[in-house]
Amino acid sequence: MQRLRALFLAPARAVNLFLFIAPMAIVLAYSLLSRGIYGGVERPWTLESYGRLFDPLYGGILLRSFWISGLSTLVCLVLGFPMAMFIARSGARRNLYLNLVILPFWTSFLVRTYAWMFLLRDTGLINTFLQWTGVIHEPLPLLYNDGAVILGLVYGYLPFMVLPLYTTLEKLDKSLLEASADLGAKPWVTLTRVVIPLSAPGIRAGSILVFITCLGAYLTPDLLGGSKTVMIGNVIQNQFTSARDWPFGAAASLALMALVMVLLIVILRRDKEQLL
Amino acid sequence: MESVLELREVSKHYPTHRAVDGVSLSIERGALYGLLGPSGCGKTTTLRLVAGFDSPTAGDILLNGSSLVSLKPYERNVNTVFQSYALFPHMTVRGNIEFGLKQRKAPVNDLDARVQRVVDLVQLTGKELRMPAELSGGEKQRVALARSLVLAPEVLLLDEPLSALDPNLRKQVRSELKALQRRTGITFVIVTHDQEEALSMCDRIAVMHQGKVEQIGSPEDIYLRPRTRFVAEFLGAMNWFKDIGVRPESTRVAKTGTVPAVVESSMFLGNCVQVRARTADGVSLVAEIPREENHFKPGDSVGLSWNPADEMRFPQEVN
Repeated sequence: MQRLRALFLAPARAVNLFLFIAPMAIVLAYSLLSRGIYGGVERPWTLESYGRLFDPLYGGILLRSFWISGLSTLVCLVLGFPMAMFIARSGARRNLYLNLVILPFWTSFLVRTYAWMFLLRDTGLINTFLQWTGVIHEPLPLLYNDGAVILGLVYGYLPFMVLPLYTTLEKLDKSLLEASADLGAKPWVTLTRVVIPLSAPGIRAGSILVFITCLGAYLTPDLLGGSKTVMIGNVIQNQFTSARDWPFGAAASLALMALVMVLLIVILRRDKEQLL
Repeated sequence: MESVLELREVSKHYPTHRAVDGVSLSIERGALYGLLGPSGCGKTTTLRLVAGFDSPTAGDILLNGSSLVSLKPYERNVNTVFQSYALFPHMTVRGNIEFGLKQRKAPVNDLDARVQRVVDLVQLTGKELRMPAELSGGEKQRVALARSLVLAPEVLLLDEPLSALDPNLRKQVRSELKALQRRTGITFVIVTHDQEEALSMCDRIAVMHQGKVEQIGSPEDIYLRPRTRFVAEFLGAMNWFKDIGVRPESTRVAKTGTVPAVVESSMFLGNCVQVRARTADGVSLVAEIPREENHFKPGDSVGLSWNPADEMRFPQEVN
């Protein structure tokens, strides 16, 4: 029995070891080495890369990343909650709507982000149309700013919010909503005092998923944010490409991971206390 | 007596069936009124129409003489005790009970006293800070009752209030519920499919069948003087001698009698003996006779008879 268990777990263990733990160890090792002249890493071992993380420049970018990710998460929640509620209550058409939510994943995220560029740029569909109708005479600055990045992130990660929300809302006992109305609660009170508190697990799961994914985003800010909107993901990517500073890139990505994990532990621990 | 709740020709029609079909009821203030019928007869739908969770396709519902139909559930002065109790799982017992009072437009200044009174009334004192998950079935039901009673509704609607309870507890809760109704004086409308429950608790009973009311009357009326075959059979076992119906406890067994039959079995039930017999036409009949009269064995030829006063006739029905 014990041996059989080990046998079945072996593939998962191997995958974790070679594709997760080993690369992480390499990243950790790189972060402690010095920068090579043409990229790559050299000895001696040093903590210098970690020291550079405290440069105010990066602190600012990190704060900005938190701000953009937080705002995107909030917009996802505001848009996703009514959507999830609608799907959970749509009876037989439920599966159709769920599939529609997942449908965008069938196309490459890169292609979809390019599509937004075509829509938003100065000679894009939206500006062309507005100019043609005479509403505006100069193209609106829709692309290469924070708004475009948030739009792209919300667009890309909304399903990560909708799906966990749907799961909790779908399980919500309908008679609780009736009981609330029966006891005199207007729809708004039922929403805030019954529906939202009872769907807290879904709100939390969706928010964590969207926030973490946004925090690590580099494609969306790279394409839609241009040079003005840099997020921490772009900084890391840059170190491995044009800046050729692998140790610093490795240190920054490990620091980001550590930060996210600390946040998660704090949130999950608070959850546990609430449950008890 | 004035009626607190009145249903006038109320219907709820769906594309495929008629859940409630022209129901008219007049419920007296302070009564314990029963809606009795098999599952799917429309009794729960009727309750939901009164509570406002569904709206009728025709007819009118009046509370103290004024129409409820256009009001939302939160605007109606009626409350519901749900079959599953529907307690808010994220609130304490006290939180559940306070919930309704906190929705009132004017702040309730004696909120604590009112909550305390109703907590005492349903005997939940000391359990105010428990969560619903920490309560037994009977306690959950009492929270559901308290949560509604604290609002002093004109009418309290109870949907199968005993069905989620342990069978051993049901008989006890039946009398507790009745006592609670008498003490508070609030009109109760109880939906049930259990005829014994309805007979033992209610002042008046409306028997429903396929969306329609078959008969309205006191428990004695509907049990002893059923107007239709359906009511007679739903309220208890019946022996049919052509168009005449006789209840097993009114059917007598002797060596000779009006209807000859052959004993199939005799079963000791404790308080009586149940004798099953079959007539020459193949009709199976049941008699419940006192223990001391039982000297029948399977295969015995007997005669069944009854007191004419116990006969039930349904001449208006085409069989």
